[in-house]
Amino acid sequence: MIGIITYGAGNIFSLTAALGRLGIPYGMINKEEDFELYDRYIIPGVGHAGTAMAKLEHTGLVPKIKALKKPTLGICVGMQLLTAHSEEGDAKMLDIFPVRTLKFDGNTEFKVPHTGWNQVFPEMENPLFENIPAGSHFYFVHSYFIEYNKAYTLASTTYINQFSASIWRDNFYGVQFHPEKSGTYGETLLMNFSKL
Amino acid sequence: MLSKRIIPCLDVKDGRTVKGVNFVDLRDAGDPVELAWNYSRQGADELVFLDITATVERRKTMVDLVKSVARQINIPFTIGGGINEIADADALLNAGADKISINSAAVRNPALIDELAKAFGVQFVVIAVDTRSMNGKNIVHLNGGRVPTEKETMDWILEAETRGAGEILLTSMDHDGTKAGFDNVFLKQVNDAVNIPVIASGGAGNVQHFIDVFEQSNVDAALAASVFHYGEILIPDLKKILKQHKIEVREV
Repeated sequence: MIGIITYGAGNIFSLTAALGRLGIPYGMINKEEDFELYDRYIIPGVGHAGTAMAKLEHTGLVPKIKALKKPTLGICVGMQLLTAHSEEGDAKMLDIFPVRTLKFDGNTEFKVPHTGWNQVFPEMENPLFENIPAGSHFYFVHSYFIEYNKAYTLASTTYINQFSASIWRDNFYGVQFHPEKSGTYGETLLMNFSKL
Repeated sequence: MLSKRIIPCLDVKDGRTVKGVNFVDLRDAGDPVELAWNYSRQGADELVFLDITATVERRKTMVDLVKSVARQINIPFTIGGGINEIADADALLNAGADKISINSAAVRNPALIDELAKAFGVQFVVIAVDTRSMNGKNIVHLNGGRVPTEKETMDWILEAETRGAGEILLTSMDHDGTKAGFDNVFLKQVNDAVNIPVIASGGAGNVQHFIDVFEQSNVDAALAASVFHYGEILIPDLKKILKQHKIEVREV
């Protein structure tokens, strides 16, 4: 069963609706003892990364999250929280991945936020992307991205520059796109995560 | 490559879909959630719901609609219509809306854009602009294009971007309902002037109009209603032809 870490950053209605449609059981994590109830975790998040990190720190759950050994998936800003630092609010993040979250340099040709469906190309073998062909489209909406890094980039996407659409280190995963809004491939990814 | 988006727009009143021809005569075109589900299956990239319910219960009506859409649909959607304050936006975000679209309320109170962007992030804030040509100038209009304002459309769009709009939904009232094509010239001017995505709206009548708007203005997305609702254009066919014209699309 998936435990969703709640810390007040953004709505999780769409995520829980998607899990519900897929028949994947889930519950909410509000305090440290709740972690024991679940065998995997999702860190959701939308909005401002610096603000989200401040809210997460306010819960007191940060040391517990950093020590997690079960599969843990950060989505969108939830993924950016896993990095070392974000340019959004010049904020220190959880530092589970020694990579940075940077701002897109937008212009009239390449608009920011990067909004819409873009292609995702897996860079490593991993069951998270099982049954998802290379180049499948996922839904993105973000102004900051996680830099490409050969050691941690599980899947990449190119917009202005190549960046990490997904990252992976041990039991920690992140996806920049919104699987709960990414049609059937998004649902496949959530299903894959539920079986990791 | 980032795909160009095809966005069916559903006008909703009291929980039912309607589409105004030039925003005046209303015709019933079905159940919004069922329509939305069908569009997501056909390959619509996103949906826009414009709620024109005018009762005191409107926020509750909109929240109920958003919840039922979010429960059943696996693509993003925007809700607009009568969002006047942070509390409206907050209720819709928590009900599962990906974006909100603000029109008149932002014109009346531009600081609302700053507040919304600060509270929820720019990605949540779509500024809808209805424009009509008057004496050779593009002027922002309110109330479905009936009421002109003092604002020139380009100035207003640039102001909205500066204040924190994450996207512009630009409807040409001169083209809306005509089925004679999008206002590609003005859309290009706007698209070339802003660093945020632009959604073209107003005038779609056939597949060529979508090819033209993407080729001539390079906007990120094109929105239409009746051509989709009445089956005059099927989204899979549209995307196939766009692809043949080397326009990047997502096919399902």
